[in-house]
Amino acid sequence: MTIYNFNGQTCRGGKIKVNNLNFYYGSFQALRNINLDIPGCAITAIIGPSGCGKSSFLRLLNRMNDLIYGSRIEGTIELDGKNIFDKTVDVVDLRKNVGMVFQKPNPFPISIFDNIAFGPKQHGKKNKMELEEIVENSLKQAALWDEVKDKLGQSALALSGGQQQRLCIARVLSVEPEVILMDEPCSALDPMATLKIEDLMRTLAKNYTIIIVTHNMQQAARVSDTTAFFMMEPDRAGSLVEYGSTSEIFTNPKDKRTEDYITGRFG
Amino acid sequence: MTRYFTDKLAKYIVFISGFTSFIILLLIALFIFREGLPAFSEIGVFDFIFGGVWRPGIDQYGILAMIVGSIAVTIVSMIMAVPLGIACAILLAEVAPSKIRSILRPAVELLVGIPSVVYGLVGLVLLVPLISNIGGSGFSILTASIVLMVMVLPTIISISEDSIRAVPSSYREGALALGATKWQTIKGVVLPAAKSGIGAGIVLGMGRAIGETMAMIMVIGNSIAFPRFTFRCRAYTDRQHSTGNKLCYRHPRERALCYRCRALYFYITVKQRSYYLP
Amino acid sequence: MRNVSAKQTQKMAMAGIWGGGIITLLLLIVIIGYVLIQGLPAVNWEFLTTNPKGGLSGEGGILSTVVSTLYLIGVTLVLLVPIGIGSAIYLSEYAPNNRLTRIIRYGIETLAGIPSIIFGLFGYALFVTVLSFNFSILSGALTLVCLLLPTMITTTEEALKAVSYSYREAALALGTTRWQMISRIVLPSAIPGIVTAVILCIGRAIGETACLYVTMGGSAAIPSSLLEGGRTLSLHVYYLAMETNAMDKAMATAAVLIIIIILINALTNWLAGRFQKRMKGLL
Repeated sequence: MTIYNFNGQTCRGGKIKVNNLNFYYGSFQALRNINLDIPGCAITAIIGPSGCGKSSFLRLLNRMNDLIYGSRIEGTIELDGKNIFDKTVDVVDLRKNVGMVFQKPNPFPISIFDNIAFGPKQHGKKNKMELEEIVENSLKQAALWDEVKDKLGQSALALSGGQQQRLCIARVLSVEPEVILMDEPCSALDPMATLKIEDLMRTLAKNYTIIIVTHNMQQAARVSDTTAFFMMEPDRAGSLVEYGSTSEIFTNPKDKRTEDYITGRFG
Repeated sequence: MTRYFTDKLAKYIVFISGFTSFIILLLIALFIFREGLPAFSEIGVFDFIFGGVWRPGIDQYGILAMIVGSIAVTIVSMIMAVPLGIACAILLAEVAPSKIRSILRPAVELLVGIPSVVYGLVGLVLLVPLISNIGGSGFSILTASIVLMVMVLPTIISISEDSIRAVPSSYREGALALGATKWQTIKGVVLPAAKSGIGAGIVLGMGRAIGETMAMIMVIGNSIAFPRFTFRCRAYTDRQHSTGNKLCYRHPRERALCYRCRALYFYITVKQRSYYLP
Repeated sequence: MRNVSAKQTQKMAMAGIWGGGIITLLLLIVIIGYVLIQGLPAVNWEFLTTNPKGGLSGEGGILSTVVSTLYLIGVTLVLLVPIGIGSAIYLSEYAPNNRLTRIIRYGIETLAGIPSIIFGLFGYALFVTVLSFNFSILSGALTLVCLLLPTMITTTEEALKAVSYSYREAALALGTTRWQMISRIVLPSAIPGIVTAVILCIGRAIGETACLYVTMGGSAAIPSSLLEGGRTLSLHVYYLAMETNAMDKAMATAAVLIIIIILINALTNWLAGRFQKRMKGLL
């Protein structure tokens, strides 16, 4: 297997190194022997047919799978050199560092302002001026400020789907993570809203490490720097087939299965 | 850090409150059996349950009359309530246009909310004189059954309606596409599919019928003789009510027996619950 | 015998079904109409603001019973609401799928099925005699808490479960502790549902007679402390109907009760409707 090394600029986005990772739901093995080096300050796309474990893998990176009863992990995932499954790691801090955007936009049923201020408030920021600044910055970074600056007190649920998703991204940015995980963030959106999110991702990639799971191969090809292709083995456990720079994967795949998938023969 | 402390503390507090209900249940069982069990050695279970006469003065403690009274009231009221309730549930779930439904649904909810004393009062003032025209004093199993029927109706209706609604519409479409009439669809497909839910509704309704006290005391009279239709009789439920009444304790043994009635009753309730719980 | 065609059966069945609905509606109209027509003429300002005479006379108004009812409900809610909400939070947010949880759920289900009078006798045995709170508001309230706990827990749990799982995920993914997630996101979102649960319990408390009959005594005076007995509106109806000949007063009190219940039902429906809309993102 080729391990891709990204020659990026120095940045605050975290690097992730996955070593011999196995993941089980009860007796079912969902992921087998994953090894992956994810570069900092870049967009990594994870593609593959449904059920190949892409989402499970993504949710391991901020330990959201901890919530699932009977799940079990072998191997390590290192964020900036520290194993996130280590006993000394505080899962709450980890999740603050590794933010997540979900498939369906899920703003809280409260005002736009409170949605963004929620994270910082929970982490102990009480000062109103400070919170206002955070809200404004986060919304600006998420390219939503101009659209909502006059209605910060309104319910976030009144926004359109695309705006809601950008709000969720702003909400993640408000707690200053190093890594942002995105689980098919555009699957519930129309093409125009999708385009806006993709532009936003390119901008954010200067400062954050972004990992996106997507079903949409064009999207992966458009936005990502590196691409990982996952597939199910005969026993339905997901494994990594090929990983490399996006241009390489899409123009010159080394593995026959990758080629079949990106040319649309299955999946 | 304080937020982790709060997190832990909250977890323990909600766990304790989660356990409260079970503790209350244990306490209830404890108090009822503690008082009820010693009496079992004094009079045999058989004599207690199948003795026809309750007359503490001459040392007779059979609760058969009360059991028969209870069973009779429950059965008669269920005979009236079940067809009516299921018809109403079908109307609400399958037939009625939404306008009618928006009137009938709150009406059913209101029937649940009316306090049982009010049912008893209406039974006492309106129904008792009416039934006495047929014969007897009017304080009768029939009167009690009619009152009880109205009281259990909403339980049967709402649970049956929910389970009829839960039948997937593809079932109905399948039957209708074969050229069945609406009634044939309901009878042949929907009701069989909703059978277990409707059964649960009936059992729950019966539970309410057996458990009702106040309305029953008000309309059934307090006779301890063997029940005859439209004549005075006594559901054994009202014997329990009189435990709170000092009169009941003239005789120490009667007191013990009152507790035993409860123990039996508690047992029935718990058994009945476990029948329809998964 | 002639075969009845499918169409005729259909007609007959529909007639039966509509008949069932109409009878149910008529029953309600007769009961409520009768109580209101018989009772309302006697309801006036004086009736609402004087105390009942008590004893075997049916004279007087209902002031002290209203006060006792409010007092009882207040004390009940102080205990019921925190325990009920805590319990619902445990079941919906923490409880693992294991034997202990099944035991707790079994306890709640069984408790819900136990008739009111059994709670009353339990309350009598434990609170009135063993703990010697005597016939009092406190004994009545404690008994009511036991009686209403299952309703409070199950309704609140439903309200909590109606809060989308995605909100919980979003909060945790922002790095909150579980309790921060529950207290800042789940509970506030579920508040209308929880209020509905509380009002539902208030409605049941107002209508309850059997369990209070044996725990609260029947004092017709305004209770001056927690340890004094009292008489709720429903109990008053019972005493008037069974121990006096003042059927007109009983009807008047019942009319007041019915009006309260109608208002409470309307309030519950309105709140529940709002809650559903809010959960769908329409408000």
